[in-house]
Amino acid sequence: MKKTKFYHIHEKLGAKIVEFAGYLMPVQYSSIIAEHKAVRNTVGVFDVSHMGEIFVTGENVSDFIQHITVNDVNKLYSGRVQYSAMCYEDGGIVDDLLVYKFSDTKFMLVVNASNLDKDFAWMNANNKFGVELSNLSDEYSLLAVQGPKSIEVIQSIYGKELNIEYYNFIEDKLADTDMIISRTGYTGEVGYELYFKGDEAAAEKIWNKIIEAGKDFNIQPAGLGARDSLRLEYGFCLYGNDIDNTTNPLEAGLGWITRLNKKGFIGKDALLKVKSEGLKRKLTALTSDQKAFPRHGYDLTVGGKKVGSVTSGTVSPVLDVPIALGYVDIEYASEGNEIDFSIRGKEIPAKVVKLPFIKN
Amino acid sequence: MFKPEQLKYTKDHEWIFIDGNIGIIGVTDYAQGELGDIVYIDIDPKLSEISLGETFGTIEAVKTVSDLYAPCSGKVIELNKELTDHPELVNAEPLGEGWMIKIEIADPSQLNELLDLDAYNSLIGK
Repeated sequence: MKKTKFYHIHEKLGAKIVEFAGYLMPVQYSSIIAEHKAVRNTVGVFDVSHMGEIFVTGENVSDFIQHITVNDVNKLYSGRVQYSAMCYEDGGIVDDLLVYKFSDTKFMLVVNASNLDKDFAWMNANNKFGVELSNLSDEYSLLAVQGPKSIEVIQSIYGKELNIEYYNFIEDKLADTDMIISRTGYTGEVGYELYFKGDEAAAEKIWNKIIEAGKDFNIQPAGLGARDSLRLEYGFCLYGNDIDNTTNPLEAGLGWITRLNKKGFIGKDALLKVKSEGLKRKLTALTSDQKAFPRHGYDLTVGGKKVGSVTSGTVSPVLDVPIALGYVDIEYASEGNEIDFSIRGKEIPAKVVKLPFIKN
Repeated sequence: MFKPEQLKYTKDHEWIFIDGNIGIIGVTDYAQGELGDIVYIDIDPKLSEISLGETFGTIEAVKTVSDLYAPCSGKVIELNKELTDHPELVNAEPLGEGWMIKIEIADPSQLNELLDLDAYNSLIGK
Protein backbone atom coordinates (compact mmCIF):
# COMPACT_ATOMS: atom_id res chain seq x y z
CA MET A 1 0.00 0.00 0.00
CA LYS A 2 1.36 3.43 -0.95
CA LYS A 3 1.49 6.43 1.33
CA THR A 4 1.65 10.08 0.34
CA LYS A 5 4.31 12.38 1.76
CA PHE A 6 1.65 13.70 4.16
CA TYR A 7 0.71 10.34 5.65
CA HIS A 8 2.37 11.00 9.00
CA ILE A 9 0.60 14.33 9.28
CA HIS A 10 -2.76 12.64 8.70
CA GLU A 11 -1.92 10.06 11.32
CA LYS A 12 -0.85 12.70 13.79
CA LEU A 13 -4.11 14.59 13.21
CA GLY A 14 -6.06 11.43 13.99
CA ALA A 15 -7.54 11.11 10.52
CA LYS A 16 -9.56 8.06 9.65
CA ILE A 17 -7.44 6.36 7.01
CA VAL A 18 -8.89 4.23 4.23
CA GLU A 19 -7.48 2.42 1.27
CA PHE A 20 -8.18 4.27 -1.96
CA ALA A 21 -6.65 3.49 -5.35
CA GLY A 22 -3.75 1.68 -3.73
CA TYR A 23 -3.04 4.51 -1.29
CA LEU A 24 -3.71 4.96 2.39
CA MET A 25 -5.70 8.20 2.32
CA PRO A 26 -7.53 10.30 4.93
CA VAL A 27 -11.29 9.99 4.48
CA GLN A 28 -12.03 12.40 7.31
CA TYR A 29 -10.24 14.12 10.18
CA SER A 30 -13.08 15.12 12.48
CA SER A 31 -16.32 15.21 10.56
CA ILE A 32 -17.15 15.19 6.86
CA ILE A 33 -19.88 17.76 7.42
CA ALA A 34 -17.58 20.14 9.34
CA GLU A 35 -14.82 19.78 6.72
CA HIS A 36 -17.33 20.27 3.92
CA LYS A 37 -18.70 23.45 5.50
CA ALA A 38 -15.21 24.80 6.16
CA VAL A 39 -14.49 24.60 2.43
CA ARG A 40 -17.82 26.23 1.52
CA ASN A 41 -17.52 28.99 4.13
CA THR A 42 -13.80 29.69 4.52
CA VAL A 43 -11.02 27.34 3.44
CA GLY A 44 -9.88 23.73 3.61
CA VAL A 45 -6.77 21.84 2.52
CA PHE A 46 -6.80 18.38 0.91
CA ASP A 47 -3.95 15.98 0.29
CA VAL A 48 -4.71 14.59 -3.15
CA SER A 49 -1.20 13.39 -3.91
CA HIS A 50 -2.62 10.08 -5.10
CA MET A 51 -3.67 11.75 -8.36
CA GLY A 52 -1.59 10.81 -11.40
CA GLU A 53 0.71 13.25 -13.20
CA ILE A 54 1.82 12.20 -16.67
CA PHE A 55 4.13 14.52 -18.60
CA VAL A 56 4.08 14.45 -22.38
CA THR A 57 6.88 16.05 -24.38
CA GLY A 58 7.98 16.19 -28.00
CA GLU A 59 7.31 17.90 -31.30
CA ASN A 60 3.89 16.36 -31.87
CA VAL A 61 2.43 16.62 -28.37
CA SER A 62 -0.60 18.67 -29.46
CA ASP A 63 -1.46 16.17 -32.18
CA PHE A 64 -1.11 13.29 -29.74
CA ILE A 65 -3.36 14.84 -27.09
CA GLN A 66 -5.80 15.96 -29.75
CA HIS A 67 -6.01 12.32 -30.85
CA ILE A 68 -6.54 10.75 -27.42
CA THR A 69 -8.82 13.35 -25.81
CA VAL A 70 -12.29 14.67 -26.67
CA ASN A 71 -11.75 18.38 -26.00
CA ASP A 72 -9.97 20.74 -28.39
CA VAL A 73 -6.38 21.05 -27.22
CA ASN A 74 -5.75 23.78 -29.80
CA LYS A 75 -7.84 26.11 -27.64
CA LEU A 76 -5.08 25.98 -25.00
CA TYR A 77 -2.27 28.48 -24.60
CA SER A 78 0.77 28.09 -22.36
CA GLY A 79 -0.38 28.42 -18.76
CA ARG A 80 -3.92 27.25 -19.50
CA VAL A 81 -5.69 24.17 -18.10
CA GLN A 82 -8.50 22.22 -19.77
CA TYR A 83 -10.94 19.63 -18.46
CA SER A 84 -11.19 16.74 -20.89
CA ALA A 85 -11.73 13.00 -21.22
CA MET A 86 -10.24 10.07 -23.07
CA CYS A 87 -12.58 7.65 -24.84
CA TYR A 88 -12.33 4.17 -26.24
CA GLU A 89 -13.24 3.58 -29.89
CA ASP A 90 -16.78 2.67 -28.78
CA GLY A 91 -17.21 6.02 -27.01
CA GLY A 92 -16.89 4.60 -23.48
CA ILE A 93 -14.76 6.70 -21.16
CA VAL A 94 -11.18 5.66 -20.32
CA ASP A 95 -10.84 8.50 -17.81
CA ASP A 96 -11.55 12.16 -17.28
CA LEU A 97 -8.51 14.37 -16.85
CA LEU A 98 -6.97 17.82 -16.71
CA VAL A 99 -4.70 18.90 -19.55
CA TYR A 100 -2.00 21.45 -18.64
CA LYS A 101 -0.18 23.22 -21.45
CA PHE A 102 3.35 24.37 -20.52
CA SER A 103 4.52 24.98 -24.08
CA ASP A 104 3.94 23.68 -27.60
CA THR A 105 6.20 20.74 -26.74
CA LYS A 106 5.32 20.07 -23.08
CA PHE A 107 2.03 19.14 -21.46
CA MET A 108 0.96 17.53 -18.18
CA LEU A 109 -2.05 15.22 -17.95
CA VAL A 110 -3.58 14.80 -14.49
CA VAL A 111 -5.58 11.60 -14.20
CA ASN A 112 -7.48 9.66 -11.56
CA ALA A 113 -5.31 7.60 -9.23
CA SER A 114 -7.49 4.54 -9.69
CA ASN A 115 -6.95 4.72 -13.46
CA LEU A 116 -3.29 5.69 -13.59
CA ASP A 117 -1.81 2.40 -14.80
CA LYS A 118 -4.63 1.83 -17.27
CA ASP A 119 -4.34 5.39 -18.59
CA PHE A 120 -0.58 5.27 -18.95
CA ALA A 121 -0.81 1.99 -20.87
CA TRP A 122 -3.60 3.43 -23.04
CA MET A 123 -1.54 6.52 -23.84
CA ASN A 124 1.47 4.43 -24.75
CA ALA A 125 -0.60 2.09 -26.89
CA ASN A 126 -1.91 5.08 -28.84
CA ASN A 127 1.38 6.91 -29.15
CA LYS A 128 1.75 6.99 -32.92
CA PHE A 129 3.18 10.49 -32.68
CA GLY A 130 6.61 9.78 -31.23
CA VAL A 131 5.96 11.75 -28.04
CA GLU A 132 7.70 10.94 -24.79
CA LEU A 133 5.43 9.91 -21.92
CA SER A 134 6.69 10.09 -18.34
CA ASN A 135 4.67 8.99 -15.36
CA LEU A 136 5.91 11.27 -12.56
CA SER A 137 3.04 10.51 -10.19
CA ASP A 138 5.26 9.16 -7.44
CA GLU A 139 7.45 12.26 -7.51
CA TYR A 140 4.68 14.84 -7.30
CA SER A 141 2.72 15.76 -4.24
CA LEU A 142 -0.56 17.58 -4.72
CA LEU A 143 -2.40 19.75 -2.22
CA ALA A 144 -5.74 21.35 -2.99
CA VAL A 145 -6.45 24.56 -1.06
CA GLN A 146 -10.13 25.29 -1.62
CA GLY A 147 -12.71 27.76 -0.41
CA PRO A 148 -13.53 31.49 -0.54
CA LYS A 149 -10.55 32.35 1.68
CA SER A 150 -8.07 30.26 -0.33
CA ILE A 151 -7.03 33.33 -2.33
CA GLU A 152 -5.94 35.14 0.82
CA VAL A 153 -4.16 32.06 2.15
CA ILE A 154 -2.13 31.44 -1.00
CA GLN A 155 -1.58 35.17 -1.53
CA SER A 156 -0.11 35.60 1.94
CA ILE A 157 2.35 32.72 1.43
CA TYR A 158 3.25 33.90 -2.07
CA GLY A 159 4.02 37.44 -0.90
CA LYS A 160 4.00 39.07 -4.33
CA GLU A 161 0.90 40.03 -6.30
CA LEU A 162 -0.76 36.80 -7.37
CA ASN A 163 -3.28 36.93 -10.16
CA ILE A 164 -4.13 33.59 -11.73
CA GLU A 165 -7.38 33.32 -13.65
CA TYR A 166 -9.71 30.33 -13.27
CA TYR A 167 -8.25 27.28 -15.07
CA ASN A 168 -4.87 28.93 -15.50
CA PHE A 169 -1.58 28.10 -13.79
CA ILE A 170 1.89 29.48 -13.20
CA GLU A 171 5.21 27.90 -12.31
CA ASP A 172 6.85 29.74 -9.46
CA LYS A 173 8.19 29.37 -5.95
CA LEU A 174 5.70 29.12 -3.13
CA ALA A 175 6.98 28.53 0.41
CA ASP A 176 10.50 28.40 -1.11
CA THR A 177 9.49 25.42 -3.24
CA ASP A 178 9.16 25.15 -7.01
CA MET A 179 5.50 24.66 -7.73
CA ILE A 180 2.83 24.46 -10.32
CA ILE A 181 0.21 26.79 -8.87
CA SER A 182 -3.09 26.04 -10.57
CA ARG A 183 -6.42 27.83 -10.15
CA THR A 184 -8.42 24.60 -10.31
CA GLY A 185 -10.30 22.29 -7.99
CA TYR A 186 -13.05 19.76 -7.52
CA THR A 187 -15.22 21.55 -4.96
CA GLY A 188 -17.06 24.27 -6.87
CA GLU A 189 -15.31 26.89 -4.75
CA VAL A 190 -12.47 29.23 -5.61
CA GLY A 191 -9.28 27.31 -5.05
CA TYR A 192 -5.79 26.25 -5.94
CA GLU A 193 -4.09 22.99 -6.65
CA LEU A 194 -0.38 22.95 -5.82
CA TYR A 195 1.91 20.42 -7.49
CA PHE A 196 5.44 20.04 -6.13
CA LYS A 197 8.24 17.58 -5.64
CA GLY A 198 10.26 16.85 -2.53
CA ASP A 199 10.53 14.56 0.46
CA GLU A 200 8.38 14.29 3.57
CA ALA A 201 10.19 17.12 5.32
CA ALA A 202 9.54 19.45 2.39
CA ALA A 203 5.91 18.35 2.25
CA GLU A 204 5.46 18.97 5.96
CA LYS A 205 6.98 22.44 5.67
CA ILE A 206 4.50 23.38 2.96
CA TRP A 207 1.57 21.87 4.82
CA ASN A 208 2.50 23.83 7.95
CA LYS A 209 2.83 27.09 6.00
CA ILE A 210 -0.66 26.63 4.58
CA ILE A 211 -2.14 25.79 7.98
CA GLU A 212 -0.37 28.80 9.51
CA ALA A 213 -1.54 31.14 6.73
CA GLY A 214 -5.09 29.85 7.12
CA LYS A 215 -5.23 30.05 10.89
CA ASP A 216 -7.20 33.29 10.96
CA PHE A 217 -9.83 31.65 8.75
CA ASN A 218 -9.91 28.49 10.83
CA ILE A 219 -8.56 26.42 7.93
CA GLN A 220 -9.47 22.72 8.18
CA PRO A 221 -7.70 19.71 6.75
CA ALA A 222 -10.35 17.95 4.67
CA GLY A 223 -10.48 14.31 3.59
CA LEU A 224 -11.79 12.32 0.68
CA GLY A 225 -15.24 12.19 2.27
CA ALA A 226 -15.70 15.95 2.06
CA ARG A 227 -14.08 15.98 -1.39
CA ASP A 228 -16.82 13.60 -2.55
CA SER A 229 -19.75 15.49 -0.99
CA LEU A 230 -18.38 18.83 -2.23
CA ARG A 231 -18.05 17.66 -5.83
CA LEU A 232 -21.49 16.06 -5.75
CA GLU A 233 -23.19 19.31 -4.64
CA TYR A 234 -21.83 20.77 -7.87
CA GLY A 235 -22.64 17.71 -9.95
CA PHE A 236 -19.04 17.00 -10.97
CA CYS A 237 -18.61 13.47 -12.31
CA LEU A 238 -16.57 10.91 -10.42
CA TYR A 239 -14.95 8.19 -12.49
CA GLY A 240 -16.05 4.76 -11.30
CA ASN A 241 -19.35 6.17 -10.05
CA ASP A 242 -20.89 8.44 -12.67
CA ILE A 243 -18.67 7.69 -15.65
CA ASP A 244 -16.77 4.61 -16.77
CA ASN A 245 -16.11 2.49 -19.85
CA THR A 246 -19.85 1.78 -20.21
CA THR A 247 -20.88 5.44 -20.33
CA ASN A 248 -20.15 8.01 -23.01
CA PRO A 249 -19.41 11.71 -22.45
CA LEU A 250 -22.59 12.87 -24.21
CA GLU A 251 -24.97 11.02 -21.90
CA ALA A 252 -22.77 11.99 -18.93
CA GLY A 253 -23.47 15.67 -19.53
CA LEU A 254 -19.94 16.21 -20.83
CA GLY A 255 -21.03 17.35 -24.28
CA TRP A 256 -19.48 20.72 -23.45
CA ILE A 257 -15.99 19.18 -23.49
CA THR A 258 -16.65 16.88 -26.44
CA ARG A 259 -15.66 18.63 -29.67
CA LEU A 260 -17.30 16.49 -32.30
CA ASN A 261 -16.28 18.93 -35.01
CA LYS A 262 -12.55 18.54 -34.40
CA LYS A 263 -10.46 16.26 -36.62
CA GLY A 264 -10.30 12.55 -35.86
CA PHE A 265 -9.95 11.51 -32.23
CA ILE A 266 -10.44 8.16 -30.58
CA GLY A 267 -14.15 7.52 -30.12
CA LYS A 268 -15.32 10.26 -32.50
CA ASP A 269 -17.21 7.95 -34.88
CA ALA A 270 -19.04 6.23 -32.05
CA LEU A 271 -19.94 9.56 -30.43
CA LEU A 272 -21.20 10.99 -33.74
CA LYS A 273 -23.44 7.96 -34.03
CA VAL A 274 -24.73 8.45 -30.47
CA LYS A 275 -25.48 12.05 -31.34
CA SER A 276 -27.26 11.30 -34.59
CA GLU A 277 -29.35 8.52 -33.03
CA GLY A 278 -30.15 10.67 -29.99
CA LEU A 279 -29.38 9.95 -26.34
CA LYS A 280 -31.17 6.97 -24.79
CA ARG A 281 -30.40 8.03 -21.22
CA LYS A 282 -28.85 10.97 -19.46
CA LEU A 283 -26.96 11.61 -16.25
CA THR A 284 -29.56 13.45 -14.24
CA ALA A 285 -29.58 15.39 -10.98
CA LEU A 286 -32.24 14.44 -8.45
CA THR A 287 -33.31 15.67 -5.06
CA SER A 288 -36.11 15.04 -2.60
CA ASP A 289 -37.57 16.78 0.42
CA GLN A 290 -37.72 13.50 2.34
CA LYS A 291 -35.16 12.16 4.74
CA ALA A 292 -34.10 9.21 2.63
CA PHE A 293 -30.72 8.94 1.05
CA PRO A 294 -30.08 7.34 -2.33
CA ARG A 295 -26.77 5.53 -2.82
CA HIS A 296 -24.75 4.23 -5.76
CA GLY A 297 -26.66 1.38 -7.42
CA TYR A 298 -30.14 2.13 -6.07
CA ASP A 299 -32.97 2.00 -8.60
CA LEU A 300 -34.82 5.04 -9.89
CA THR A 301 -38.45 4.29 -10.64
CA VAL A 302 -41.63 5.80 -12.05
CA GLY A 303 -44.87 4.10 -11.01
CA GLY A 304 -42.84 1.14 -9.79
CA LYS A 305 -41.07 0.70 -13.14
CA LYS A 306 -37.30 1.06 -13.22
CA VAL A 307 -36.22 4.03 -15.35
CA GLY A 308 -32.63 4.36 -14.21
CA SER A 309 -30.17 3.96 -11.39
CA VAL A 310 -28.27 6.14 -8.97
CA THR A 311 -24.55 6.59 -9.63
CA SER A 312 -23.74 8.95 -6.73
CA GLY A 313 -25.88 9.93 -3.78
CA THR A 314 -25.59 11.41 -0.34
CA VAL A 315 -27.01 14.08 1.92
CA SER A 316 -26.05 17.59 0.91
CA PRO A 317 -24.30 19.02 3.96
CA VAL A 318 -25.29 22.53 2.89
CA LEU A 319 -28.94 21.90 1.96
CA ASP A 320 -29.54 19.00 4.35
CA VAL A 321 -31.54 17.12 1.72
CA PRO A 322 -30.72 14.03 -0.34
CA ILE A 323 -28.89 14.73 -3.61
CA ALA A 324 -28.08 12.24 -6.32
CA LEU A 325 -26.81 11.76 -9.83
CA GLY A 326 -28.09 8.87 -11.88
CA TYR A 327 -28.66 7.72 -15.43
CA VAL A 328 -32.32 8.08 -16.35
CA ASP A 329 -34.12 6.97 -19.53
CA ILE A 330 -34.26 10.06 -21.71
CA GLU A 331 -38.07 10.43 -21.69
CA TYR A 332 -37.97 10.89 -17.90
CA ALA A 333 -34.83 13.01 -17.67
CA SER A 334 -36.29 16.51 -18.10
CA GLU A 335 -36.05 19.06 -15.34
CA GLY A 336 -39.07 18.99 -13.05
CA ASN A 337 -39.96 15.37 -13.80
CA GLU A 338 -41.02 13.28 -10.85
CA ILE A 339 -38.99 10.13 -10.30
CA ASP A 340 -38.83 7.94 -7.20
CA PHE A 341 -35.75 6.80 -5.32
CA SER A 342 -36.28 3.13 -4.62
CA ILE A 343 -34.79 2.71 -1.15
CA ARG A 344 -35.06 -0.65 0.61
CA GLY A 345 -38.38 -1.42 -1.04
CA LYS A 346 -39.87 2.03 -0.49
CA GLU A 347 -40.56 4.52 -3.27
CA ILE A 348 -39.42 7.96 -2.15
CA PRO A 349 -40.72 10.87 -4.27
CA ALA A 350 -37.91 12.86 -5.88
CA LYS A 351 -37.59 15.19 -8.80
CA VAL A 352 -35.18 16.08 -11.57
CA VAL A 353 -33.40 19.38 -10.95
CA LYS A 354 -30.78 21.51 -12.64
CA LEU A 355 -27.14 21.39 -11.59
CA PRO A 356 -25.46 22.57 -9.48
CA PHE A 357 -27.56 21.59 -6.48
CA ILE A 358 -26.29 24.65 -4.66
CA LYS A 359 -25.80 28.12 -6.11
CA ASN A 360 -22.89 30.32 -5.18
CA MET B 1 -25.12 7.85 29.99
CA PHE B 2 -24.34 4.14 30.35
CA LYS B 3 -20.89 2.82 31.08
CA PRO B 4 -19.55 0.36 28.50
CA GLU B 5 -19.23 -2.40 31.12
CA GLN B 6 -22.96 -2.12 31.96
CA LEU B 7 -23.94 -3.24 28.48
CA LYS B 8 -24.18 -6.36 26.32
CA TYR B 9 -23.22 -6.26 22.65
CA THR B 10 -23.96 -7.81 19.27
CA LYS B 11 -21.39 -8.60 16.60
CA ASP B 12 -23.15 -5.97 14.51
CA HIS B 13 -22.22 -3.20 16.97
CA GLU B 14 -25.51 -2.70 18.80
CA TRP B 15 -25.56 -2.47 22.57
CA ILE B 16 -28.37 -3.29 24.98
CA PHE B 17 -28.80 -2.14 28.55
CA ILE B 18 -30.79 -4.70 30.48
CA ASP B 19 -32.92 -3.72 33.48
CA GLY B 20 -35.13 -6.65 34.46
CA ASN B 21 -37.35 -7.33 31.45
CA ILE B 22 -36.71 -3.87 29.96
CA GLY B 23 -33.98 -3.33 27.38
CA ILE B 24 -32.59 -0.09 25.91
CA ILE B 25 -30.81 -0.42 22.56
CA GLY B 26 -28.34 1.73 20.68
CA VAL B 27 -25.15 1.48 18.63
CA THR B 28 -21.60 1.47 19.96
CA ASP B 29 -19.06 4.25 19.97
CA TYR B 30 -16.99 2.20 17.55
CA ALA B 31 -19.95 1.97 15.16
CA GLN B 32 -20.65 5.71 15.19
CA GLY B 33 -16.95 6.38 14.62
CA GLU B 34 -16.84 4.07 11.63
CA LEU B 35 -20.02 5.56 10.15
CA GLY B 36 -18.95 9.17 10.56
CA ASP B 37 -21.50 11.98 10.53
CA ILE B 38 -24.92 10.45 11.06
CA VAL B 39 -27.66 12.33 9.24
CA TYR B 40 -30.77 10.24 9.74
CA ILE B 41 -32.02 7.36 11.85
CA ASP B 42 -34.65 5.53 9.86
CA ILE B 43 -36.82 3.59 12.29
CA ASP B 44 -40.51 3.20 11.48
CA PRO B 45 -42.36 5.37 14.05
CA LYS B 46 -45.03 2.65 14.17
CA LEU B 47 -42.49 -0.09 14.93
CA SER B 48 -44.13 -2.33 17.54
CA GLU B 49 -41.92 -5.39 17.67
CA ILE B 50 -38.39 -6.45 16.93
CA SER B 51 -37.10 -9.96 16.52
CA LEU B 52 -33.67 -11.36 17.20
CA GLY B 53 -31.17 -10.77 14.43
CA GLU B 54 -33.61 -8.94 12.17
CA THR B 55 -33.28 -5.39 10.88
CA PHE B 56 -35.34 -2.85 12.78
CA GLY B 57 -34.08 0.26 11.00
CA THR B 58 -31.15 1.90 9.29
CA ILE B 59 -28.59 4.55 10.08
CA GLU B 60 -27.78 6.98 7.30
CA ALA B 61 -24.37 8.62 7.44
CA VAL B 62 -22.91 10.99 4.86
CA LYS B 63 -20.79 8.29 3.28
CA THR B 64 -22.81 5.18 3.88
CA VAL B 65 -25.84 3.44 5.28
CA SER B 66 -25.96 0.68 7.86
CA ASP B 67 -28.69 -1.65 9.10
CA LEU B 68 -29.70 -1.91 12.74
CA TYR B 69 -30.07 -5.48 14.03
CA ALA B 70 -32.14 -6.55 17.00
CA PRO B 71 -30.02 -8.00 19.82
CA CYS B 72 -33.09 -9.94 21.01
CA SER B 73 -36.82 -10.14 20.41
CA GLY B 74 -39.26 -7.87 22.16
CA LYS B 75 -42.14 -5.43 22.17
CA VAL B 76 -41.19 -1.83 21.43
CA ILE B 77 -42.33 0.50 24.22
CA GLU B 78 -40.52 3.69 23.28
CA LEU B 79 -38.53 5.25 20.43
CA ASN B 80 -36.02 8.03 21.02
CA LYS B 81 -37.94 10.85 19.33
CA GLU B 82 -35.04 13.29 19.81
CA LEU B 83 -33.18 11.48 17.05
CA THR B 84 -35.70 12.58 14.42
CA ASP B 85 -34.33 16.12 14.48
CA HIS B 86 -30.99 15.38 16.09
CA PRO B 87 -29.47 12.23 14.62
CA GLU B 88 -26.05 13.68 15.48
CA LEU B 89 -26.76 12.69 19.10
CA VAL B 90 -25.70 9.20 18.07
CA ASN B 91 -22.26 10.58 17.17
CA ALA B 92 -22.07 12.76 20.26
CA GLU B 93 -23.28 10.29 22.87
CA PRO B 94 -23.85 6.81 21.45
CA LEU B 95 -24.26 5.23 24.91
CA GLY B 96 -26.50 8.00 26.24
CA GLU B 97 -28.65 10.57 24.46
CA GLY B 98 -28.13 8.61 21.25
CA TRP B 99 -30.11 5.55 22.42
CA MET B 100 -32.65 4.31 19.88
CA ILE B 101 -35.38 2.07 21.22
CA LYS B 102 -36.70 0.74 24.50
CA ILE B 103 -38.25 -2.73 24.52
CA GLU B 104 -39.88 -5.31 26.70
CA ILE B 105 -37.61 -8.33 26.37
CA ALA B 106 -39.56 -11.34 25.09
CA ASP B 107 -37.15 -14.16 25.84
CA PRO B 108 -34.36 -13.48 28.36
CA SER B 109 -32.51 -16.66 27.28
CA GLN B 110 -31.60 -14.88 24.02
CA LEU B 111 -29.45 -12.50 26.05
CA ASN B 112 -26.98 -15.27 26.85
CA GLU B 113 -25.79 -15.17 23.26
CA LEU B 114 -24.71 -11.53 23.50
CA LEU B 115 -21.11 -10.40 23.97
CA ASP B 116 -19.79 -8.82 27.12
CA LEU B 117 -17.48 -5.80 26.94
CA ASP B 118 -14.27 -7.84 26.79
CA ALA B 119 -15.57 -10.02 23.98
CA TYR B 120 -16.83 -6.97 22.11
CA ASN B 121 -13.53 -5.13 22.53
CA SER B 122 -11.61 -8.06 21.15
CA LEU B 123 -14.03 -8.18 18.21
CA ILE B 124 -13.16 -4.60 17.32
CA GLY B 125 -9.49 -5.19 17.98
CA LYS B 126 -9.30 -3.03 21.07
